[in-house]
Order: sequence, then C-alpha cells, then structure tokens
Amino acid sequence: MTTTERPETLKTGPATSVEQPQAAEIEREFTVKARSQREQIMRRFLRNKQAMGGLLVFAVVLLVAWAGPLFYGFEFAQVKPADASVGPGTNGHILGTDGLGRDLMANIMRGVQRSTLTIVVAVAISLFLGLLVGLLAGYYGKWIDNVLMRLVDLILTIPLLVLLIVVASNFPDARTAIGIAVIIGLFGWLDLARILRSQILGLREREFIEAAHALGASDRRIMFKHLIPNMLGSIIVWATLTAATVILLEASLTYLGFGVASDTSLGRLVADGVNAAQTRPWLFYFPGLMLLVIALCINVIGDGIRDAFDPSNKRVRA
Amino acid sequence: MFFYTIRRLLSSILVLIVSSLIVFGLCVASFNPLEPFFLRQPQPPPEVFAALREQYRLDDPFFVRYWDWLTGVLTLDFGESNAGTPVGPVLIERLGVTARMVVAAMVLAILLAIVVGVLTAVRQYKPEDYFFTFLTYVLIALPTFWFAALLKEFVAIQFNELVGQRILFTLGEQSPAIEITGSSSEIFWDRAGHLVLPTISLAMLSFAAWSRFQRASMLDVLGSDYMRLARAKGLPWRHALVRHGLRNALIPLTTVVALGVGLIMGGAVITETVFVWHGMGEYLIASINADDLNPVLGWLMIAAFFVIAFNLIADLLYAVLDPRIRLS
Repeated sequence: MTTTERPETLKTGPATSVEQPQAAEIEREFTVKARSQREQIMRRFLRNKQAMGGLLVFAVVLLVAWAGPLFYGFEFAQVKPADASVGPGTNGHILGTDGLGRDLMANIMRGVQRSTLTIVVAVAISLFLGLLVGLLAGYYGKWIDNVLMRLVDLILTIPLLVLLIVVASNFPDARTAIGIAVIIGLFGWLDLARILRSQILGLREREFIEAAHALGASDRRIMFKHLIPNMLGSIIVWATLTAATVILLEASLTYLGFGVASDTSLGRLVADGVNAAQTRPWLFYFPGLMLLVIALCINVIGDGIRDAFDPSNKRVRA
Repeated sequence: MFFYTIRRLLSSILVLIVSSLIVFGLCVASFNPLEPFFLRQPQPPPEVFAALREQYRLDDPFFVRYWDWLTGVLTLDFGESNAGTPVGPVLIERLGVTARMVVAAMVLAILLAIVVGVLTAVRQYKPEDYFFTFLTYVLIALPTFWFAALLKEFVAIQFNELVGQRILFTLGEQSPAIEITGSSSEIFWDRAGHLVLPTISLAMLSFAAWSRFQRASMLDVLGSDYMRLARAKGLPWRHALVRHGLRNALIPLTTVVALGVGLIMGGAVITETVFVWHGMGEYLIASINADDLNPVLGWLMIAAFFVIAFNLIADLLYAVLDPRIRLS
C-alpha cells in the first residue's frame, strides 16, 4: 500500500486515494465575468433569436416609414386621377394606387408614421395614469386601494371597444391620430394599475423599503427611487403588449366609423381597403399585412423582454 | 360553499347596481336626444325644444332620471328609443341573434384552446409546438375585421365552388324570409350556414390567447410532483395525463375565459358589422350614431350584466373545481 505505485496520485493525506488531475490542470480556473442584473437581462434578450428578428424587422419598417418619403417619388396626399386604381408596379407606383390615384406606398409610409405616433402617445398617457393609480393603491393601501380597485373593476364591466366608441362619439373633432390616441390612453391604464398594485403590495414588505423608511426617505422618494426601478420589467412588458393592442384598437375603431377620420393612419388604410378585397386586392392586402407585421413584431419583442426579465427561464442561456 | 355563493352573489349585484349608475352617467353626458333637431335647417322654434325637453324629461334632476330608468329596467322596461319604439323587445330579439354567434365562438375557442394547448405542452419544442406557437402569434396580431373580410372574400367563395353548392353564406344571419318559407329544419341549416364564418373569425383571437395560456398552465402541471408520482406508480401515460394533469390544468382557464367575455363582446360588434348581421352590434352602432339614449343604455346594461354574470360563474366554478378555494 505504498503511494509510490501510483505516480499520479497526490500525497494529499492519509485518507485520500482519489486520483487527482495533473498539476498543470489544477491551476486552471474557471472565471465567470461578474455581470450586473441589467447586463444579464440584456444578454438574455439579445440571445433570443425570435425577439432579435422581430426587433430587426420592426426597425426596418420604422426606418422605411420615416426616411422613405424623403426618397420616394410620390406624396401621400397627391391625387392623380389619371393613375386611379392601378395595380402594383405601374407607372412607378410600387404598391399601386387607390381610387383617387393616391400612391399606396406613400400612404402606407405616412400611415405607419401616424400610427406609431398614436402608439407612443396612448402608451405614454396610459403609463402615467397607470403609475399614478397603481402607486397610490399599492403603497397607501387600505381604503384608497379598495376604492381605486373597485373603480377599475367597475370600468372593466363595460367592454373596452364599446366604451371607446361611446367616448369617441362625444368628440367628433378629435378624430385625428393624436385624438384617438388620447381617448385610447384614457382607458388603457386599467390592467397596468392592477399589475403594479399587486407588485407593490409584495415589494412594500421587503427589507430595503423598510430600511428606506427608517432612514427617513419621503414617500415620493421611495416610490421613484426604490419601487419603480424594481417594477421596470413588468412596466416594459406591459408597454410593448399594450402598444400592439393600441394599434389594433385604433384599426377596429376606424373600421366601425369612430376612429381616425381627418388623418391618415394604418388603421384607416386597412379599414378603407376592406371593401376593395375583390376588385383591388392590393388595397386590401398590403395595409393589412403591414399592420399584421407591426403587431406581430411588437408582440414578439414583448415576449422576448418578458423572457429576458425572468431568471428562471430555461429557453435562453444567460 | 353555500355562504361563499351568497357572498359572491350579493357582491355581484352590488357591482351591477353601481355599474348601472356609471353607465347612466356616461350615456346621459354623451347623448342628447335634441341633437338631431339642432342640426335641422331651419331650426325649430324654442317652443319645440321646450316641448321636447318636457317629453324626454331632460330637465329633471339627474338622480330622478336615474331612478326612473333603473326602476324601469328592473321590470324589464328599457324605455323607448327617440323614434318611440320600445327598446326591450328589440334588444331581446337581437340578443338572440348575437348570442348564437357568441356562444358558438366561445365553445369553439375553448375546445380548440384546450386541444392545442395540451398538444403543444405535451409535445414541447417539437415541430407541432413551433407551428402552433407561430399560428397563435399571428392570430393575436391580426385585426379581427381584416381576417373576417379575408374569410368572407376568399374562403367562402372558394369553398362553395369546391363543393358545388352554396353552403357558406357571407351576408346576414339567415336568408331573407326563410322564416316564412322554410321548414324548421331548413331554417336551422340555413342559419348554421350563415353562422360558420362569423364564428370562426370571432373565435380565432380568443383561441390564440387562451391556447397560449393553457399551454403554460399544462407545462406547469406536467412538471409537478403529483404527475411524476402518477407516472412512477405505473399509470398509463394517457390516463395520468387526462385524469390527473388535465383536470388541474383546466382550472385556471375558467378565470381566463370569464375575463375574456368583454373582449368577445367587442369582437362580436366588429364581426356583426363585417358580416352584416342584424344583431346587437348593428343596433348599438346605429343607436350611437343617432344619439339615441335608451337603446345604448339598455345595450350597456345587458353587456355589463353578462360580464358580471360570467365573472360570478367563473368564481363559483373555480371554487367547485379546486377544493382548496372552497375549504379556505
């Protein structure tokens, strides 16, 4: 039983006879780069192929919509009776024209511009209202929480589309992209308020909040410096998914006759094209597909962000 | 369980009453029966307006009007439209028309969601999963009316040509005058033919959302300890899946379906407009455009009633299906 019979065995002590790796290999270390939480989330997101694909397509769409009109030959409002209702490819109209001879590509670019504006405005308003109500209800609790959440439940008993129609019918002058955005924004905060409120109810009990209290932090400071940063994940996911809902709602409202009237918007193009499906299919397909692609991209990006914020997600390695 | 039911029932009734107050306030602020008269050329003399205000009792205090309307609704008298026709019977009739579409769509969406949700969960990461995930992504991003128009313009005609007979209809909820000329079985099949396309277009959005939810719920269940035990003790896979897995996975779906009723109602309004059904959707749009107060009030109350009723059913069903809720 001498240890000299096995030259690889290290003399590590009387009890061990385990084979150790060569001396050179022991010195190799595994290092893990220290990554902050934000970096980890970014890495998970960037590695999600679907989300990256969606982001790429969305970026291309936005680029073409905002930069395209600078290079394109036709204006969206330019009426050309001579070229009315021609198909894609004729006379330089890449996607064809509508009944008044307005170029479809130019209108789609303009429509995407207006619709993205609608999304941004509506989500901003909903975000503000949702944060306000969610923070008040979650942080102060008790009767404020009760009253606000009951109010949210009550508003939710009316189907959202119908509620928007009734409100929109009151303001016939607000039928622009921004006007409709404001109306949608006024009612889009309901589920955000619920989500934030339940998250705050949980966060409120954590030690770092208690510590902040003990150090004399004001309520506002706690809300802005401690609570909101911890809820950023939910907020961003909500924002992207609501963005998709907003653009679809705007289209539905316009189709029913209560949406955008005095402005171009993607929803308006789709709604107007619905009736031309048989006779002028390009007016039906292109706006519809564009709307579908945008909503699809936003949804995929939103799902990617949600997966990125979830550390237990097994699909993408961090 | 009994007291739980009573508590939830009372709470629902309270919510319905407060909701009626909000709905009434919203509508009274939005719709002025005198609006069409303002726009007439030449404008009618002030005495006409005064007489109209008397007739519609517009000068009564808000709560008096509210109470009058509420007591009417409780006796199922929804008042009269601006033209004088009673709102109640029209609403009931159109409710029947819309209910066909909504019920059929919900049933279709639930069945498909369960089948696809379970399938994609059990076969996670296989080709079926990717296919259905892609499909649901697309369906969620699709505007309902665009999809309905797509079905209407292309599927209906191609299908009818393929079969050689006019099976799928695209306009209206039944052929004109079939109630007079047709036997009851002819009426039934005619209505069914008109029902197919609207039901599909209405069901697709809900199916997509619910199937994703069902997939997540099923994945949770499949990874749980009791499923592992069921397999370990030798139960056949199908047996374990259905009797133990599915029963648990379906419970969260009840809540999601109940919450989706409002969305389906909104979708029904759109689908009815696309397929020109003479149902609740058409009635609502026409009444809003005509500034007609009572029909819109009646419509919103019925919608709120169904949403609250479905939420109540979901809560009770949840308690029935999950003993942990009942016994807590």
